[in-house]
Amino acid sequence: MTEPSADLRYTAEHEWVAVDGDVATVGITAYAADKLGDVVYVDLPKTGSSVAAGKVVGEIESTKSVGELFAPVEGEVVEANQAVVDDPTLVNSDPYGSGWLIKVRFTALPELMDAEQYAKLAV
Amino acid sequence: MPHAPDRLSPLHDRHVAAGAAFTDFAGWQMPVRYTSDLAEHAAVRTAAGLFDLSHMAEILVVGPQAAEALDYALAGKLSAITEGQAKYSLLLSPDGGILDDLVVYRTGADRYLVVANAANREVAAQELRERAAAFDCLVEDESDDIALIALQGPRSEEILRNVEGFDLPGLDDLKYYRAIPCDFRGHNVLVARTGYTGEDGFEFYLAPDAAPALWDAIAETGAGSGLVPAGLAARDTLRLEAGMPLYGHELSTETFPVQAGLGRVVALTTKPGDFVGRAAVEAGPAAGARVLVGLRSEGKRAGRAGYPVMHGDTVVGEVTSGALSPTLGYPIAMAYVDPEVAAPDAPDAAPALDIDVRGSRVAASIVPLPFYKKDSAHD
Repeated sequence: MTEPSADLRYTAEHEWVAVDGDVATVGITAYAADKLGDVVYVDLPKTGSSVAAGKVVGEIESTKSVGELFAPVEGEVVEANQAVVDDPTLVNSDPYGSGWLIKVRFTALPELMDAEQYAKLAV
Repeated sequence: MPHAPDRLSPLHDRHVAAGAAFTDFAGWQMPVRYTSDLAEHAAVRTAAGLFDLSHMAEILVVGPQAAEALDYALAGKLSAITEGQAKYSLLLSPDGGILDDLVVYRTGADRYLVVANAANREVAAQELRERAAAFDCLVEDESDDIALIALQGPRSEEILRNVEGFDLPGLDDLKYYRAIPCDFRGHNVLVARTGYTGEDGFEFYLAPDAAPALWDAIAETGAGSGLVPAGLAARDTLRLEAGMPLYGHELSTETFPVQAGLGRVVALTTKPGDFVGRAAVEAGPAAGARVLVGLRSEGKRAGRAGYPVMHGDTVVGEVTSGALSPTLGYPIAMAYVDPEVAAPDAPDAAPALDIDVRGSRVAASIVPLPFYKKDSAHD
């Protein structure tokens, strides 16, 4: 499993955000993946679609429950991870690596938590 | 329902050591999964799984009139089962609703062990006490003094036979829904061939202080045979595939047995005397009452408890349990639907119904229950 990089940002909905220029890569945290259990289905927004920060843009479904994917930033989806659609278990096995979900080209970056702030939430 | 701080199973330390994630279940902290609920589910279908069910309630009914008391208190004819036999039964309310579903073991001529759902412990004990009051017998809630471990899966018997220090006379002849008293290293254990997974398997009722040693012994013996500890998440998907109802989902005080497909559990014809709920069950539910069906869908999106079932633009039912079936690979659900739409779809026919999955329609066919039936070679 890929370790979370120190400069990841986090949301209260247990997503991580990696910023590279004007593109944010988004996934869910290991904590969120553990809470869900084995992920069996992932529904992601289409490439080219617009997303609004804080709005539900996808679903992450386990045998036991359904988690919603919130867009942490406003912008345009430039890539959805087809590998995770084909093999949803990547969300559990490598949430910070090959289990990433979407890349969004954002217009503005909202205030997000750092690892220390998020750690207080994920207990 | 207010309840005391979380209760811990006598096996709690084992679960913590195994890295389990826990869930609150009727006031108990119980393992929901250890590593992966899909792997645990698969292990039970192909090898074996070990479950801690110590939260379940055990109520003893003992005395010269124990059989008559249970015939009056429950829907089934418990006087008809012989020593060593078990029977699935229902605790009905006077108006025909289901207060709990139970497994009843006859452990002696005048002795029964009634196993109730953890969430219904108080109700079951209280009702049994009141209903048995006119009979010469005692009702004792022994839940705090009895732990329950289940070993389930096609390799269960082979594993059980190899557990060191387990004296199992009569195992050769132990059929499904039979139980025998055994000895594990000086501790009494009731060994029952029962379960809630749709596989062959055993359940062990024993004193809480003896449970960790038995858990360890089975885990060690089975490790080389593919046995893993399995949590409540796997237990739920296993029972769903096996078409077994879960109280609070498929069964409730609002459900008549016949609606749940459990008409056969009510001994209307074989029990001449009165029993609680009899008149209401004979009168039957209101015309048009919904009935339990199995639904199968394509794709990966499962209907879940509470989702509407649609026929065209009309709501004709509601899902009570659903999941993407780990064994079958397609979504399955149990649902209550209007009787007009409850007939199974012809094979190859287009699905007649839809499930409203969070705003989008997923086509669903009615299929017979259970969804999954074990290979009869294991019988």
